[in-house]
Amino acid sequence: MTSIPLSHVLVLALALFTIGAVGVMTRRNLLVVLMSIELMLNGANVAFLGFARWHGDSLAHAAVFIVMAVAAAEVSVGLALAMALFRHGRTVDVDRSTRLKG
Amino acid sequence: MVKGQVATLLYVIVFAPLAGAVVNGLFSRWLSRRFVSAAGVGAPFLSFAAALYSFVGLMGLRGQEPEFTAVSTTLFSWISTGPISIDFSLYLDPLSMVMTLVVTGVGSLIHLYSVGYMHGDPSYARYFSHLNLFMFSMLLLVLGRSLLLLFVGWEGVGLCSYLLIGFWFSDMDKAIAGKKAFIVNRIGDFGFLLGMFVLLFWMGGTLDIPALRDAVTSPDSRIASMTGAVTVVTLCLFVGATGKSAQIPLYVWLPDAMAGPTPVSALIHAATMVTAGVYMIARLNFLFVLAPVTMAVVAGVGALTALFAASIGLAQNDIKKVLAYSTVSQLGYMFLGVGMGAFGAGIFHLMTHAFFKACLFLGAGSVIHAMHGEQDIQKMGGLARSMPITRATFLISCLAIAGVPGLSGFFSKDEILYGAFVLRHGSGAVAPWLGKLYFALALAAALMTATYMFRLYFLTFSGEMRSHDAHPHESPATMTIPLILLAAGAIAAGWVGLPDEKWNLFHHYLEPVFAWSGERIVSTGNHALEFTLMGLSSVVALTGIGLAWLMYRGAWRDEPERIARALPRLYRAVFNKYYVDELYAFLFVRPLQRLSRWSFRWVDAGLVDGVLVNGSARSVRGVGLLTRMMVNGDVQAYAVAVFVGLAVLVWWMF
Repeated sequence: MTSIPLSHVLVLALALFTIGAVGVMTRRNLLVVLMSIELMLNGANVAFLGFARWHGDSLAHAAVFIVMAVAAAEVSVGLALAMALFRHGRTVDVDRSTRLKG
Repeated sequence: MVKGQVATLLYVIVFAPLAGAVVNGLFSRWLSRRFVSAAGVGAPFLSFAAALYSFVGLMGLRGQEPEFTAVSTTLFSWISTGPISIDFSLYLDPLSMVMTLVVTGVGSLIHLYSVGYMHGDPSYARYFSHLNLFMFSMLLLVLGRSLLLLFVGWEGVGLCSYLLIGFWFSDMDKAIAGKKAFIVNRIGDFGFLLGMFVLLFWMGGTLDIPALRDAVTSPDSRIASMTGAVTVVTLCLFVGATGKSAQIPLYVWLPDAMAGPTPVSALIHAATMVTAGVYMIARLNFLFVLAPVTMAVVAGVGALTALFAASIGLAQNDIKKVLAYSTVSQLGYMFLGVGMGAFGAGIFHLMTHAFFKACLFLGAGSVIHAMHGEQDIQKMGGLARSMPITRATFLISCLAIAGVPGLSGFFSKDEILYGAFVLRHGSGAVAPWLGKLYFALALAAALMTATYMFRLYFLTFSGEMRSHDAHPHESPATMTIPLILLAAGAIAAGWVGLPDEKWNLFHHYLEPVFAWSGERIVSTGNHALEFTLMGLSSVVALTGIGLAWLMYRGAWRDEPERIARALPRLYRAVFNKYYVDELYAFLFVRPLQRLSRWSFRWVDAGLVDGVLVNGSARSVRGVGLLTRMMVNGDVQAYAVAVFVGLAVLVWWMF
């Protein structure tokens, strides 16, 4: 079985992370922003797994699981916030939710 | 033995009034009016009793101890730094003994009088508290051994004077009068402070008065040879004296000080505080006598003030204002006395003046009390019938101040006039005819004194009442008893200083204090001359009284009107006190106010408030505004910042 070179894995991770980061920075819909954050986390996860394989060390798998657990928690809180925001102002557009601005 | 007792009693003399001031000042809320009166009046009487006991005790020692009988006691070391060491010490010698007796004696009577005069006042306890505090400060001034301690008392009496002039502070005019007194006094005090600094740091002297005397009077004294420096010091100190003792040019506060309650005018602005300058010069006689120029200035200012103030007194209609200008004038006599080198005569006049002027003021207070606050003598008249005791005591004091033979003012004023005529400074540095000139000025002032005092007396007590809604009545016993006692003093106080070598007890008593200076003053007089001058001044006094009688009771009743109409400019100038207040307002007050307003606007409001206070706040706000742009609440912008930062970090690291 030909093994996939590390560079491919890292390019995928970087692509996922960059797509996520650009999404976080540019999208205005809170739900899309949350999804972009997930993409970034998963980009990091792919990088972890690629290095784990390259080193032959499975300890990084634990890190991946922790990230997934944290991501799940984050999503639940984030969705709850999005829900509350929507109920409050009938919108989930982050640019228009400026009521707390000083 | 006696000296030890007296040393202890000194504390009682000084601190009893302080205790009274503290009790009435802090705890009056829980005290009955009766207790307030008892504490307020009891404290000065206790001081007086202690002073009297000390006096008698020390007199008993005079036969046994040939040397200078002085008692000194140290409470604690006050300032001790490097070469300067100043103790909190009290010092009782014949001079401070005389002053202590006058202050506590007259002061006690005036306290007693106040019980009647102030009986309906809502701030009764505050009044007694301030009056007691004044007694404490004045006694500290008199008994302080060090010049600095004297200055503490000096400032203390100034403070109490301010508090009591503005006692009815809800009346704006009275509050302003208090402020004026305080500020004018501060100007003089600046000179006093400067004098002390020069004495201490430039001349290397000491502020301890007996030590300074020893340093000056020792045969090879370094200080005695520094005539220029001594002249500077004494002139500076004299500036302080002109402020406190209301002499030209700083006399303007005293007539306004009459805004205070009348017993305060009697105690502070006639009998005691305003004589502090005379006392200070007599206290430092050994220093002043070394500066002939200063002495000539002191005597000249005194003589001019005596004449100037007396002439203003001729045209005033407020009963207290007449007495105020009379006080300024009499203080001028005292300065003339000490300035000519007749220190004993100056202090003698200080003592007799305390009696008759306090009596006059208290009599005026009694009149004002009876007239329900009316002070204009043109609206009075005929009070002799309804107020026999006040009238009699007032008349006695008028005779005394006018210098009618036999009464106290006669002896003391004549001693000063005689001194001005015959005394010359030993060094002969100042023109010999100066004394004769001063004598002439003072004699003219004596004529005016007799005239304006009897103008006041006739307008107030004789003739018919010129006000219809007044129902005058005699004052209560707490007010008449002090009047009677002070009138007795006004008669008899002069008898201790009869113009005779043997019987001038007052001079013999003060001899040790002034002996050294006396050697530097040359007298060209003799007894025949002295009695001639006495006759002359008696004639002058009687002429003045006669003039007043003719113009206000007798055939010349139209003359005052006619003179005023014939010389309208002169009359207006005198009536308006020669426009001195207006002149000062133009020269000093208004420019200063303009400067203050300018500096308020540009320095305080502009620089301090604008640039420093608000400016620093505004610059912080500006920085905040700038940084706030970064913290705009947009999470995505933060994310951009994070990623840019990360990118820079990564690029920089690899």
